[in-house]
Amino acid sequence: MSEHIIELKNVTKYYDDTLVIDNVSFYVNKGEFITFLGPSGCGKTTTLRMIAGFDLPTSGQILLNGKDISSLPPNKRPVNTVFQRYALFPHLNVFENIAFGLRCKKVINTYENDSGDRYTKKEKLTKKEISEKVRKALALVDLEGFEKRSISTLSGGQQQRVAIARAIVNEPEILLLDEPLGALDLKMRKEMQIELKAMHKRLGITFIYVTHDQEEALTMSDTIVVMADGVVQQIGTPTDIYNEPSNTFVADFIGESNLFNGTVTGEREVRFCGKTFQCVDSFEKNELVDVVVRPEDVHMCAPEEGMLRGKVISVVFKGIHYEITVQVGKFEMVIQSTQSRAVGEEIGMNIDPDGIHLMKPKYTSNIFDGVITKRNTVEFADGEFACDVTQLYPGSRLNEEGDLVTQTGEVIDPTGAEVTVEVGMNDITISDDAEAGGTTGHIISIIYKGDHYRLIVRTEEEEEDFVFATPDLWNENDYVSVIIPPEKIKLTLKRTEEAKS
Amino acid sequence: MIKKCIKATYVGLILLLLYAPILLLAVYSFNEVDLIGTWGAFSLEHYAKLFGDPVILEMIGNTVGLALLAAALSTVLGTAGALGFYYSKKRTRTIMYGASQIPVINAEIVTALALAIAFVTVGLEKSYFTLLIGHMIICTPFVVLSVTPKLKQMDNSLYEAALDLGASPTKALFKVVLPQIIPGVISGFMLAITLSLDDYIVTSYCKPSGFNTISTYVYNATTKGNAHTAETLASFWALTTIIFVIILAVVLIANLVDGKKKEDRT
Repeated sequence: MSEHIIELKNVTKYYDDTLVIDNVSFYVNKGEFITFLGPSGCGKTTTLRMIAGFDLPTSGQILLNGKDISSLPPNKRPVNTVFQRYALFPHLNVFENIAFGLRCKKVINTYENDSGDRYTKKEKLTKKEISEKVRKALALVDLEGFEKRSISTLSGGQQQRVAIARAIVNEPEILLLDEPLGALDLKMRKEMQIELKAMHKRLGITFIYVTHDQEEALTMSDTIVVMADGVVQQIGTPTDIYNEPSNTFVADFIGESNLFNGTVTGEREVRFCGKTFQCVDSFEKNELVDVVVRPEDVHMCAPEEGMLRGKVISVVFKGIHYEITVQVGKFEMVIQSTQSRAVGEEIGMNIDPDGIHLMKPKYTSNIFDGVITKRNTVEFADGEFACDVTQLYPGSRLNEEGDLVTQTGEVIDPTGAEVTVEVGMNDITISDDAEAGGTTGHIISIIYKGDHYRLIVRTEEEEEDFVFATPDLWNENDYVSVIIPPEKIKLTLKRTEEAKS
Repeated sequence: MIKKCIKATYVGLILLLLYAPILLLAVYSFNEVDLIGTWGAFSLEHYAKLFGDPVILEMIGNTVGLALLAAALSTVLGTAGALGFYYSKKRTRTIMYGASQIPVINAEIVTALALAIAFVTVGLEKSYFTLLIGHMIICTPFVVLSVTPKLKQMDNSLYEAALDLGASPTKALFKVVLPQIIPGVISGFMLAITLSLDDYIVTSYCKPSGFNTISTYVYNATTKGNAHTAETLASFWALTTIIFVIILAVVLIANLVDGKKKEDRT
């Protein structure tokens, strides 16, 4: 069994009042190359900074070799970082930059005095030791002879190498890399990826790597931690994450994918795109699921031989393959193939059972905490919506004055009643007009699902999320208002309220 | 061509307006006669008197000594302050930085009067110490003002990188942060020296009696005329000229060095 060199236990981090890391737990094996992957703002860099010691967790623990280091300052941790923009010291030359850590270090040397007693002394490294170590580190990053060069005369790639040398010269137990290749051009990046991977093998230390580039993560890592919204979405090997994403976010973020809403119709059988397919995942019958089909798992054939049939609507040459988009009824299917097809051509498509991956949907409906107002509307998610309050009490109705009358003729005032609000995923529409709906927010996620988009709109104050399907394409970060027809707002009194009455 | 001529004339005119009074003084500092407007003959008499008068020499010493001491202390205080504000939380930073800049905007007479009253209230006799405090109060905000932009320009991860490599916070400050902001610290120091050198208002309110800087001495000499003859006054023309030449030289050298640095970079 491998050792856990770093373990995060229920780590939560707030910046002022903003939640950036929400109860994250995972461990890193010794000697592993682990990557935190996610879109910007997902909390991956914050997680790295907490391991480095630049940020302290608001709650939870960080264990290094089983010891709690949550509040240890960064200079006391056996961890070194390669920063995003390198953070080389501009006033020092290459040699002094790399020697900086060595000069701070004290080692314990054992001596024997004349009478034969052994004693230890904490000593700084000698000049000779330092220059020897710096020379070795420079050799490791292929920068021999650069000792006297000033930082400002180095190219981006060279600065990158100096930054790596400066970190590894201290022989850390863990090397943290915060998007280290982000500032390099594509070719340079590919080269450095291979070099970093080779360096990881040679040094044998643990690498923790942060990136938003999924391809980089898949190429380099032993393990990938996919993060979004301050939460770990999935942890696994690159193959696992690619082949068996745990939710639509991961499927959409890692690689290309076709996402559909499906229904389980039987044992290892699922229905989507209007057809029933054999699959390998087992779910309850009639359960609604998210279906992922990777573009390379869709095989093209003659129209009459395929399970699906459609018309090619676009073909794009991508170098090693063609990306072919096919209209299947009202759904769109993207295919990657080495063979090309003509636009307008009718083709058939087959999908093998192991090319179909089913996932439990993360969102099935929207549930909020709301309060009934004086005007018989309901307040939730930073807004106020017209609703039907009579559904709170069976058989009740509104009289001419607008008061709520129960079945027995008793007039009650529901003002201030705490309710649970439920809205279906197909009952929400949005508008550019901020005044049109009950509340407003920004679109934080858009995922295409074959024939519609699944959007998430987050309100500004309470940060409540509305998840819903729409046929229209919007842009991420659009500011929109959320419209819900009154009859689609399902209200139930909270239990505490019921107990009181 | 004509456009060029007009441009040159315009700039020349402005420069002449700016420097005419000082040039006038400089010319008459070489006059044998002690009167402006009457040219006797060329002479270095005023300069000889200037360096021969022990009272004047002592006062020059006072001024320069005070300026150096006040500037040095203000630089330490201002730099520490700027660092403190910069690494505070955003709200604290905004409030503290704003508060530190009030003396810059505030009328100097108000600062001076407030200081005088404050010293009386706490029972401090006017002394060299109170004078030093007065000057530090004028200088420190300017040091903060010149250090802060350098801090903002600095890559924030440099400090973190130093910690990451095992440096203690103090070591990181002196070995990494300070070298990045040192141009700001130096210009703050220079600014503080010039502010302290020519200050009159705060000096006159905070100084002990019998202690004089150039500005208070000249002011007393010109207004009250007591015990000072026109002769002593004339030696100030010489002093003014010397100060002007020194400053001109410093500015020219500074510009030259700066220009060369920029050339090297491109």
